[in-house]
Amino acid sequence: MTATIAYGAVEVGTELPARSFPVTRATLVQYAGASGDFNPIHWNEKFAREVGLPDVIAHGMFTMAEAIRVVTDWTGDPGAVVEYGVRFTKPVVVPNDDTGALIEVSGKVAAKLDDNLVRVDLTVTSDDKKVLGMSRALVRLA
Amino acid sequence: MALDQSFVGRTYPPTPAYEVGREKIREFAEAVGDTNPAYTDPEAAKALGYSDVIAPPTFVFSITFRAAGQVIQDPQLGLDYSRVVHGDQKFAHVRPVRAGDRLTVTSTIEGIKSMAGNDIVDIRGEVHDESGEHVVTAWTKLVARAAEEA
Repeated sequence: MTATIAYGAVEVGTELPARSFPVTRATLVQYAGASGDFNPIHWNEKFAREVGLPDVIAHGMFTMAEAIRVVTDWTGDPGAVVEYGVRFTKPVVVPNDDTGALIEVSGKVAAKLDDNLVRVDLTVTSDDKKVLGMSRALVRLA
Repeated sequence: MALDQSFVGRTYPPTPAYEVGREKIREFAEAVGDTNPAYTDPEAAKALGYSDVIAPPTFVFSITFRAAGQVIQDPQLGLDYSRVVHGDQKFAHVRPVRAGDRLTVTSTIEGIKSMAGNDIVDIRGEVHDESGEHVVTAWTKLVARAAEEA
């Protein structure tokens, strides 16, 4: 593994470059196909409303996949992510228009551990609501 | 009705091998809009020290969740899947999943809880490759929401 960020170059509090990820209905259809998760709450508005949701919502695993890109873009080597966990706290609601929703992700180094590992805590919001909680990754730096 | 606590610790038989294909990884990376060349270009992956393209950190969920179907659909457990939502998800990687891997998943029920009428089931999926090497562990928390009052 060859992460491009050196362990010695980061401190607790170091911020990772924040990113925003747009998500439309088309994105969700594509993710459904790629992941094999065809739950209709992710593409059928009528069904979503029938089960009590405000509208179609993004796959939680889609949001989880986008959030870790802040870390993998930072390290360069996606294999540097040793552990990654999240709690799905609020859904990302995706309206049926050209704009869709925006998933906003920021991250910072929360702890420096042994073995060149750091813990990165991610903040993930959409429409100003926190959509992932306890979103943390252990990352092995160079 | 609360789920039977005696299912805690139950391990299900390993799944048949899932062969990870380069094009499946590419399809997944494109679906999340990620252009990291380690996912699509074997030379870029080799430059990072991998024998072939690797998969994004959450890719393996498609495989472990399918395996968790053994638990979810176990009629003896009796989980009401129509009311299930995904609570938590965690992965611990020994190494990244890569193209050419033939992966089996062994699912274990780690915990069963009942809170405010919700059934909460924690499932651990241990993923091994063809040589028996441990590749990744996935923990999935499922919450079956309490049925509404009729």
